[in-house]
Amino acid sequence: MTEYALEVENLRKTFGDHVAVDDVSLTLRPGGSLAIVGESGSGKTTTARMLVGLERPDSGRIRVAGRDRSGAARGRATRLARAREIQMVFQDPYLSLDPRVTVAACVEEPLRLHFAMTSAERRARRDELLARVGLGEREADALPRRLSGGQRQRVAIARALATEPKVLILDEATAALDVSIQAQILDLLAEIRRDTGVAYVFVTHNLALVRHVADDVLVLYRGRVAESGPARDVLAAPEHPYTRLLLHSLPHRGWDPARIAADRRALATATRERPPAPTSEKRSVTS
Amino acid sequence: MTTRLLEIENLTVRLAAGQAARPIIDGVSLHVEHGEAVGLVGESGSGKSVTCRSVLGLFPEGAEAAGGLRVDGADILTMSPTRLRDLRRRDASMIFQDPRASINPLRRIGDFVTEGLRASGVSRKGALDRAEELLESVGIRAPRAALRRYPHEFSGGMLQRVMIAGALAGGPRLLLADEPTTALDVTTQAEVVSILTRLQAERDMGMLFVTHDLELAAAICDRVYVMYAGRIVEAQSAEGLFSRPRHPYTSGLLAATPRLESDRPPHGVPGRPVSLSEAPSGCAFAARCAHARPGCTEHEPGLREIDGAQVACLRAEELIHD
Repeated sequence: MTEYALEVENLRKTFGDHVAVDDVSLTLRPGGSLAIVGESGSGKTTTARMLVGLERPDSGRIRVAGRDRSGAARGRATRLARAREIQMVFQDPYLSLDPRVTVAACVEEPLRLHFAMTSAERRARRDELLARVGLGEREADALPRRLSGGQRQRVAIARALATEPKVLILDEATAALDVSIQAQILDLLAEIRRDTGVAYVFVTHNLALVRHVADDVLVLYRGRVAESGPARDVLAAPEHPYTRLLLHSLPHRGWDPARIAADRRALATATRERPPAPTSEKRSVTS
Repeated sequence: MTTRLLEIENLTVRLAAGQAARPIIDGVSLHVEHGEAVGLVGESGSGKSVTCRSVLGLFPEGAEAAGGLRVDGADILTMSPTRLRDLRRRDASMIFQDPRASINPLRRIGDFVTEGLRASGVSRKGALDRAEELLESVGIRAPRAALRRYPHEFSGGMLQRVMIAGALAGGPRLLLADEPTTALDVTTQAEVVSILTRLQAERDMGMLFVTHDLELAAAICDRVYVMYAGRIVEAQSAEGLFSRPRHPYTSGLLAATPRLESDRPPHGVPGRPVSLSEAPSGCAFAARCAHARPGCTEHEPGLREIDGAQVACLRAEELIHD
């Protein structure tokens, strides 16, 4: 039996009366890549935050490398052990890095926290991590404000990789970047996955991206799984009307935004009358 | 001969001395005809927003502008402040990227939409009736009640519709849309674009649509200008841009865009986009360009006409990026 890098069962989270995430299950094999797709309010960010432990689920189970982390962590050692296994890169590199901390110190911090290293070992590991993401000595000494958006996101990736996590959550990690830079970061991420065997969860609203970064995809609509399966199949023959709507919404030549607007209203009306249900069981993610 | 709705000729904008001695946009020329949708595409620092805002006489503080900038024949650069205010109210209006940052959160939606009308002497009753019609035309349900609501009561997509209604209030002939859908979800983007393009066609307005998204520009616009480091590097029909991009930067952007219908993974352009003030001499893109030759860094390539496209590349004739 293969052990999943990440295994989630029937996750649910409510905020007051609002059900943000309802009955979400997924699996991710070691070195795999899963995209969680949806728009604002779909529950994709809440799901991501529960995976890394920034939110506690109301019910459901989360296992990373076979270890359950649904309950509260008892003690510092457990908390650190959990943090080592799963790390996150946030959307906005202008907000996620401390403006007063140099790049070198930023990457050393998790090393200091998680590993007993001499300062020489730590510096060596830091330089290795920075080299891994294509940054050199000059950038290591710099404060974030001296760096471009793409460089900052490289720092965030290096820092996240410092603990040698099994799973990296990328929450719209390239959405704020220029398209020519986004492609560079995607290249880098693909290379890192190949070399280290870390598994990715890409949280994104962009289906065009999914095709190139993920093996599997999970489409969330209003907190529930609308559709899931191998990315190739879901994109080629979407079964849920919401997935189709997302696909049609991508601007392209011959685009008909008026039709998309009409489809969107029809879907909203249909959903009000009958809550969404998964369209097919046969495609549930099993890799 | 009829005058063009918007004509920008050789526009250069310099920041106030002390901030940067070099210009932030340099020799930009573009035009928009009546009823035409034109795209202006670029990445961070390309100067696309500066160009767009300059049409309403909105320059960075202390900046100096030189060149020709005319809306319906009237020169913006020499216009009196009073006339400029009239122009912003009636002839040309702007839709900004983030409606939440551009609409006063303390005032009602009705105040926002009627502000220009009231200022140009329309009665309160008349302005409110007109605002109601406008809100209805952008698809706001119960428009009468919406007039009394505050911005925080609307979602981003709905608030962007309110901004469009406000921009249309004065009956402009020219719409300047500065990344109007960038902050929105993809399905909301489609909805807002459908409203925008429908109204643009119905009212025969010209539109300058500024975006970083080539696909979006091509889906909406007849012609597209591509900017890099404060200069226009390519201009052609939306169709031609995709089938035969002429400038290495344009083809680089196209290759970097993840695409659903293609198995080819997005391919990054090395380096990062620069602004004009950081750009080296010669072609600003040369440092990132796979086709650059020694000559590229010596001379700044001007725009040249090649097969109906305008391209600023010394090697434009040799290179066709299919």
